[in-house]
Amino acid sequence: MSLVFAGVCSHAPGITGRADRADPELKKGLYDNFDKMRDAIKASGAEALIIIAAEHFANFFMDNMPAYCMGMAEYYEGPIEDEEWLAIKRRRIPGNPDLSRRLVASVMEEVDLAYAQEWKFDHGIMVPLHFLAPDNDIDIIPVNINCQGPPLTPMNRVWAFGKALRRACDEMPEKIAIVGTGGISHWPATPDSGKINEEWDREFLDRWLANDKDRLLSYTDEETYHDGGQGGFEIRTFVAVAGACEGQPGELWYYAPIPIYAVGCTVASMAVA
Amino acid sequence: MSLYYVQKLIYNLNRDPHLQERFQVDMEDVLSDYDLTDEELDAIRKPDIGLLYVMGVNGQLLMHYAALRHYEWNEYIQAMKDGLAEHGQVREGLYLRTGGGAV
Repeated sequence: MSLVFAGVCSHAPGITGRADRADPELKKGLYDNFDKMRDAIKASGAEALIIIAAEHFANFFMDNMPAYCMGMAEYYEGPIEDEEWLAIKRRRIPGNPDLSRRLVASVMEEVDLAYAQEWKFDHGIMVPLHFLAPDNDIDIIPVNINCQGPPLTPMNRVWAFGKALRRACDEMPEKIAIVGTGGISHWPATPDSGKINEEWDREFLDRWLANDKDRLLSYTDEETYHDGGQGGFEIRTFVAVAGACEGQPGELWYYAPIPIYAVGCTVASMAVA
Repeated sequence: MSLYYVQKLIYNLNRDPHLQERFQVDMEDVLSDYDLTDEELDAIRKPDIGLLYVMGVNGQLLMHYAALRHYEWNEYIQAMKDGLAEHGQVREGLYLRTGGGAV
């Protein structure tokens, strides 16, 4: 049928792995809004959920790094990380290779896209799925945007990818939801882990919530690296969702810096039409 | 320097439980498959997480190698700080301590 839901959320491993080391009120606020997103996806009638993620060397490495890749497998597995470290049990997640194949072929009309028939999910997908699809009751289609190994795809191409993905979704008979996950500012896996640039986050969210294409695409990697840290490159996942919902506003459900989770934790939706 | 292969080793270890088992049983056999310098080999064997960080191993890889070698989260963060104090700034890659952003 078309795209029926769009949103964004954080995926930091501390959200589950160090869950109880945060202020209980902050944890509750974040968890409640993840639950709200799960309910909204269910209410939308979505039959498949596309997760636009920025993985961390679980499947893609500098020996053959795609700028964009979509999963095309019958099933996926995750988390790849230690189950106790992430506090998420390893499981098999249902895919939809037929829908993936049609989406990949359609997106390829405009944007070169790699595909993968095996994919081990890391925390970048498993943390969102822990909340959004804990019961394996919706088909999952993973998408990766390389945000780890430069050169990284330029922001205008991220926008074009989001638009192409939207057009592809609208061509399909199935109802589809998309969720982008990454960013905003963070310095993960460095001695500065836990540092969060709230001012930069809120400026980014202003641009994203207004779906201000020009101001979203004006970020340079140099600026992002300085102000938003290594994890800031993952704003590409949010920008792809904005591209998929071009012209439509977002709605912020939750934002709070939670240092022990090492990120400004965010949950937001964006109107699809 | 062969940072690429240090990272490739850790990437493969992170993905493959059987390789992790092999690594624990016969580390030298696994290491012989990679083109590594003596400094890199020593840092992996010990392990010297701080030196691996300073060499430029991407943090998203290194944090899992630290966990594999039984570093608790705070010990891992401290090991990187100790590495900077002992060996100086990160030599290459993205995971420099930039000093950017707010505190």
